[in-house]
Amino acid sequence: MATHPTLELRGVDKSFGPVHVLSSVDLTALSGEVTALVGDNGAGKSTLIKCIGGIHRIDAGELVFDGTPHVVTGPRDAAQLGVEIVYQDLALADNLDIVQNMFLGREKVTGLHTLDENSMEKLARQALTSLSVRTVRSVRQRVASLSGGQRQTVAIAKSVLWQSKIVILDEPTAALGVAQTEQVLDLVRRLAEQGVAVILVSHNMNDVMKVADSIGVLFLGRMAAQVRREDVTQTQVVELITAGRSGDLGLSREESTGAAI
Amino acid sequence: MSAQTDHLVKPDSAEPVEGLGALSTYIRDYVGRVRGGELGSIPAMVGLIVITVVFAVVHQGFLSAYNIEALVIQAAPIIVMAMGLVFVLLLGEIDLSAGTTGGLCSAIMAVLMIRHGASWWFGLLIGLGVGVLIGLGIGWLRARIGVPSFVITLATFLAFQGVTLILIGGQGAVTLPAGSPIIKLENSFVPLWLGWVLWALFVIGYAAVKVNDALGRQRSGLSRPPFTVIAAKVVVLAALGAAFTYEMGINRNLSANAFFNNKAEGMPWVVVLLVILFAAWHFILSRTPYGRHLYAVGGNEEASRRAGIVVSRIRISVFAICSGMAAVSGVIAASLLQSVQSNAGAGNTLLLAVGAAVIGGTSLFGGHGRVIDAVLGGLVVAVIINGMSDLIQGANSAGYEWVVTGAVLLLAAGFDAVVRRARAS
Repeated sequence: MATHPTLELRGVDKSFGPVHVLSSVDLTALSGEVTALVGDNGAGKSTLIKCIGGIHRIDAGELVFDGTPHVVTGPRDAAQLGVEIVYQDLALADNLDIVQNMFLGREKVTGLHTLDENSMEKLARQALTSLSVRTVRSVRQRVASLSGGQRQTVAIAKSVLWQSKIVILDEPTAALGVAQTEQVLDLVRRLAEQGVAVILVSHNMNDVMKVADSIGVLFLGRMAAQVRREDVTQTQVVELITAGRSGDLGLSREESTGAAI
Repeated sequence: MSAQTDHLVKPDSAEPVEGLGALSTYIRDYVGRVRGGELGSIPAMVGLIVITVVFAVVHQGFLSAYNIEALVIQAAPIIVMAMGLVFVLLLGEIDLSAGTTGGLCSAIMAVLMIRHGASWWFGLLIGLGVGVLIGLGIGWLRARIGVPSFVITLATFLAFQGVTLILIGGQGAVTLPAGSPIIKLENSFVPLWLGWVLWALFVIGYAAVKVNDALGRQRSGLSRPPFTVIAAKVVVLAALGAAFTYEMGINRNLSANAFFNNKAEGMPWVVVLLVILFAAWHFILSRTPYGRHLYAVGGNEEASRRAGIVVSRIRISVFAICSGMAAVSGVIAASLLQSVQSNAGAGNTLLLAVGAAVIGGTSLFGGHGRVIDAVLGGLVVAVIINGMSDLIQGANSAGYEWVVTGAVLLLAAGFDAVVRRARAS
């Protein structure tokens, strides 16, 4: 491709006091693709996405957005750059309806500074329709009455509404049943098809193998490997997650044992 | 899409906009919402109708013009305080000191007027200003220092009672000057012609807002409620308003005759104040980003923070609104009694107002509540107090009144908890 990757991480380091959480992590996320980020508990996945989202500042390395390095100083900064993180706990207010949640904190107002409900409702409908969402009865129903999958849908649709370039999904299917997982994965694909760079953080190998175009494996705070989905088997990915290496792939033997380098 | 797809989004154009079909769709949606736990004002309205009917049957003069006026002026301070409390309750907080704050503010006003010769508007301004400042202080302690609002306001509840006692001093009460505009608020009446003009403005205003909303939705290509429903709402409201205005037009002073034209007719001025306060707060809660953010913080604080809402500022603001409204309520109570007692705002003042908000449908758990709740709940509380005091005579009447009020509050809070659980499941 002639253009730059939507997001590129180069040699990102992050430590909390004496604890090295991320060391020299590279990651590339292309627009129109689903990049899975996998790794065992404590591998540094959450820290990495928080660094991208501006919640943590990186100690060293570069965050390159569309070919331009940026210093991300806070969540607002990240939002300006088009990063939207959909957290596991979703961050929706139960007592508000779908439209109200999708526009929360960024309400459209009329000339008199009153809420412009009609245009918000229209835009929310358009966002849901663009993702071919058919699972919600009315955009004016309260989020409390939605199922887990529907809530996830609303949270993801929000990113379409704000035309985010990079959408990070943190374990979107963790709490869902089989059918709903299917629906959300469909949604993830459609989101990517709209030209968004989707980063999917997941524990579920089936999900990852099903939707990802590229898989980044974190092992003890290092990027063991970023591989194309079609080049690897599920077994190889699992080996990368658990041992940091699989055949020629991954870290060297010394690195993967966690020895000091 | 998978086979699990539950419902399809129906394009609006496929649904009839007007006529019987639209009406039945509207009613079906409404029933669906009610079943889903969004009861709105139904319980309060049913309760209000039931107890009104009961008292009207057992007590003859209950619906007389004289008693209706008494009811309204009794309800006014409760309703106003409850309006303020709705804001605090929306965030899941409580202000136990709203009653004594109101008492203190009215005492400051009265003392300025009587002992320092201040004009009524200056006293009023200072009283209300002190109310807002108190709220800012409570809010600051809650939001920045992190003291639970229950504890802060329990402390201020006690302290303000003391301050009022010190201000008023040994006399036990400060009597407001006769003929002061403060007294007129509760004890003087809107001329009949003006009453009807205000009624017409009110009905036309309501209809205009509803029709404008519906047309706006139609212009944007969204579904709108059928005009039959809007017309029905306007007619009901107009009829209720007309009945009230007519009844208040009846002379209530039986000693008035051809020589002494001291008729008591027309609605009390405080009704106009109530309508204005209701409209203003309702507008702010339902149509401004600030109002939206209040609900969001009450529903999910973390989500609001992530959405970029400054939660602490919202939190401070609700306490300021609550204490400010408590001050207004205190002034109305002073107007009713034509004086400020040394125990103003103490006793059950606050409990009645909290009860009013909760009976009206505001949740104690935050996130659910509207200004209309304060109005309907306040009327329910006033009807109970008024009806009971007529019904139960004798030495223990005050005791029974307290017991019944307590029972109603508990019932409403229990109802709130049950509805909340139904919503969650």
